[in-house]
Amino acid sequence: MSELKTAEPQNAPLMGKSELHEHPVDFNNYLRRCVYVFVAVVCAVSLMLVASYLPHFDWPAKVALILVVACTNAFVVAGFLMHLISEKKMIYTLLAFTAFFFAGLIGLTVWAMQDFPAGTVTH
Amino acid sequence: METIVHEFPPYREAEAALEPGAHGPHEDIGFWRKYIFSTDHKIIGIQYGFTALCFMLFGFFLMLMMRWQIAHPGAPVPVVGPLLAKILGQPAAGGVMSPELYNSFGAMHGTIMVFLAVVPLAFAAFGNYVVPLMIGAPDMAFPRVNMASYQAYVLGGLVMLVSFFIPGGAAQAGWTSYSPLATSIPTDGQLFWIIGMILLITSSLLGAVNFIATIIQLRAPGMTWMRLPFFVWAQFVTAFLLLLAFPPLEAAAIMQLMDNVVHTSFFLPTGLAVGGKLAHISGGGSPLLWQHLFWFLGHPEVYVLILPAMGIVCEIIANNTRKPIWGYKSLVYSVLVVGFLSFIVWAHHMYLTGMGTKIATFFQATTMMISIPSVIILTCLFISLWGGSIRFNTPMLFALGFLPMFGIGGLTGLPLGLAPTDIPLHDTYYVIAHFHYVVAPGTIFALFAGIYYWFPKMTGRRMNEFWGRVHFWGSLVFMNLVFMPMFAQGLEGMLRRMSDGGANYSAARVPGVLDTLPNDIMALHTWILWAAVALGVAQIPFIINLFWSMNHGEKVKNDNPWGATTLDWQAPTPPPHGNFAEPPQVYRGPYEYSVPGHATDFTPQNEPDRPGTPVFSPAH
Amino acid sequence: MEIPYAVHPRPDTGIYNAKVGIWLFLASEVMLFGALFSAYVLIRVGTPPGEWPHGWQNVTLGTLNTLVLALSAITTLMAWVACKVRQFGKFKFFHGCTLLLALTFLCIKGFEYDDHLTHYEIHLTAGSNAGGSIADGHMVENDPQKDYVIIKGRYVNDEQELIDLRSQKDIQETELKIPRSQIKDMQSYGPWHNDYLALYFTMTALHALHILGGSIVIGYLWGPGRKLWKVDPEHFTNRVEVSGLFWHFVDLVWIFLFPVLYLM
Repeated sequence: MSELKTAEPQNAPLMGKSELHEHPVDFNNYLRRCVYVFVAVVCAVSLMLVASYLPHFDWPAKVALILVVACTNAFVVAGFLMHLISEKKMIYTLLAFTAFFFAGLIGLTVWAMQDFPAGTVTH
Repeated sequence: METIVHEFPPYREAEAALEPGAHGPHEDIGFWRKYIFSTDHKIIGIQYGFTALCFMLFGFFLMLMMRWQIAHPGAPVPVVGPLLAKILGQPAAGGVMSPELYNSFGAMHGTIMVFLAVVPLAFAAFGNYVVPLMIGAPDMAFPRVNMASYQAYVLGGLVMLVSFFIPGGAAQAGWTSYSPLATSIPTDGQLFWIIGMILLITSSLLGAVNFIATIIQLRAPGMTWMRLPFFVWAQFVTAFLLLLAFPPLEAAAIMQLMDNVVHTSFFLPTGLAVGGKLAHISGGGSPLLWQHLFWFLGHPEVYVLILPAMGIVCEIIANNTRKPIWGYKSLVYSVLVVGFLSFIVWAHHMYLTGMGTKIATFFQATTMMISIPSVIILTCLFISLWGGSIRFNTPMLFALGFLPMFGIGGLTGLPLGLAPTDIPLHDTYYVIAHFHYVVAPGTIFALFAGIYYWFPKMTGRRMNEFWGRVHFWGSLVFMNLVFMPMFAQGLEGMLRRMSDGGANYSAARVPGVLDTLPNDIMALHTWILWAAVALGVAQIPFIINLFWSMNHGEKVKNDNPWGATTLDWQAPTPPPHGNFAEPPQVYRGPYEYSVPGHATDFTPQNEPDRPGTPVFSPAH
Repeated sequence: MEIPYAVHPRPDTGIYNAKVGIWLFLASEVMLFGALFSAYVLIRVGTPPGEWPHGWQNVTLGTLNTLVLALSAITTLMAWVACKVRQFGKFKFFHGCTLLLALTFLCIKGFEYDDHLTHYEIHLTAGSNAGGSIADGHMVENDPQKDYVIIKGRYVNDEQELIDLRSQKDIQETELKIPRSQIKDMQSYGPWHNDYLALYFTMTALHALHILGGSIVIGYLWGPGRKLWKVDPEHFTNRVEVSGLFWHFVDLVWIFLFPVLYLM
């Protein structure tokens, strides 16, 4: 209950005034960044294509490889195009919870579908 | 004393005057924009509240007709029977409910009560009206999104209502709409149900985004997180549940729509036979997938129903015990933990699906864990009563009624959270009794409490106290008479969703067979029917009181008739567009009641510290 | 009345309202597509070995669409940067490109859909002495007045031959004229055909709806919505940023849809 003891008003909107001053945006700098991102995306897509056509490759390893490349690709797009590498803490918190529940939804559902008593006919 | 009449404060028009949602002065807005297409959070809150109460009454009538059918299978429904026969035709021929009609009333009673009555009332109506006032904001963060949310809700409700009148009638597969049953019943009602649900989910998502953004962004200066009233915390967590749990159901609804319309097989297994014939489908789908996606929403939805109610009760208890709520921080952390855990308990609705022991153990463990913060919340509210000089007005009576009723509902849920005890109880009347105790005498009591409590802020008049008490005692007695016998019926093994109320399994129908339903258990049907009718009668004082008090109730003497500390009571009555004459500045926590040395027994959150005023320091 | 922090960030959170709103909305979108992906995983894992189709998609078109969307994501970002440096001409150029790319994506998608929906699997009656028990190919002529259909395709003897097309190079397709009397049943490769196509159509159609919605918003900002630029460029820039975040999310979804539906 320490909050209740705080006598002086905590004037929220006066805090962190410095954050109002954003970094100036440089057009050419961004254009260069975008070219890098596009090159990265092209590389990722080529890598996935190559991986999918590799003839003698274990199937789970292939899926894992493709998914890892897709995740990297997604990270590049989210990180640089959506500015996620330099976002506010609140957005990270929100996304962390979402990612957790997303993982719970897929993970627990798949687990539940794998864990049947012995002898259950599933298909 | 004269009523304080506040002039509408001179609003500062947006400098740029470009926002199409920005409003001019009040006089310029016509009736339509003020009351029908309003973007004012208070009007939207009242719209939601009024619509939701109408749906609640409608859902109640559906239930009354079902109770008649259960108690008197095959007998024409009295009073409304001819009307039913006239409107619905064949399914209600001669005023008798057919089993199909019973099924669709059952499915729609659940759907309407959960998605069209209680959630919109608890979350959208109270949240819209109260949350911006409590945090000292001029409106919601996105007023036009707010309007869109209400319109999507109304549209969804209309689609649900229209489905009663189409050939084949409304959806019949229960409010859970399990596939493949939902896809196999030959009525387009299921299609309407899905489309209605997609609209309602859209409405909830828009509302949830708006609530969270409002609470994060529009708190008044000085309103730190730990100075938020508990009601705001409860709404905040509720909004997150809606935001993240509803989309999987939306995805499931889209897949069921595909199954229904373009004949995919998402939820239809290979070898599915309908009506004794092999269904003409590609197969390969998974019926359990629907259940997982449904209950991924379904369980957080339970907390969507209960958390706003707890928030309302907390505000009213603090106000009427005239002392700080006990364990504010415990309440806040508990509600956060409840919200978090509610996402990972859903499969305790599915123990009977042939689930393995490992995954069942996981879900039993999380289910037991989530009861801990729920009990902490209830305990904090109980302890808050200790040593208070309690004012027993109508809102407080309902709030106090909530505590033991929710307690019964919660505790009877424990056997359902554990697989060994759930398996015999699953799909019996015990389950019905359990969750109705949580929602009906639980949540709905809290909602009544909230209506009586905030009515003076909305209208400037109080509701009649005497008839409020009549309403409370009538509701309390008859609620219990309706739901308590169902525990006994369920423990005897009476299944839910039987249109004849289990007559086929009764000792009277099949004498000499083991484990039939005994006569006294069957006789409870009549008992419940008349208790339910009496419960309906007990609501009449409320309905009359609500409308009568709007124009004839006792006028309040000032803006803060209950002597409350939170910001909603510091705003003018009723709050004008933009709420506060001056943006409030917050100096203290939400529950500073009976501060020693203070002139009054409440210290509003926006009251500045004066020199010499002792800083409040709770004893514990 | 003015809503606080509608344009300028709130100091303690550092964000303006709409940006909080769009991120919350995207979080719910993650759960929406998450549920569809979990449906994909479940159905895929539950399919008996050897029955999951492979090589049913035109990977070239899929790759092309991936690059089209990636490019449009970049033009979206550059449109925002142009607003940020207050160069409206560049904004119009970049978002014009975005709209064209979005249209390209939808056209290619529509072509792919058409390709699936005109592709038929025809089961022949036992007595027909054609080259196999199943005829598989694209419909050339299906006139209900005539007592035959013409497809461009091939005969196979076992449905299993149609499941994995990756290893089957140089499939010889010829025009086959099949009398209706020999057709036992006939089904196109729509979502009703099997669970793979059901997932394919549902997921990509929902994604395409998002593309459509995003295009409408961007089209609005590019067209009638640009009035705001003259009054309050900062507010307009915020709108471009928020709609851009949505567009990038739609791109992200495709980044996963492409390998999952085309390559695996």
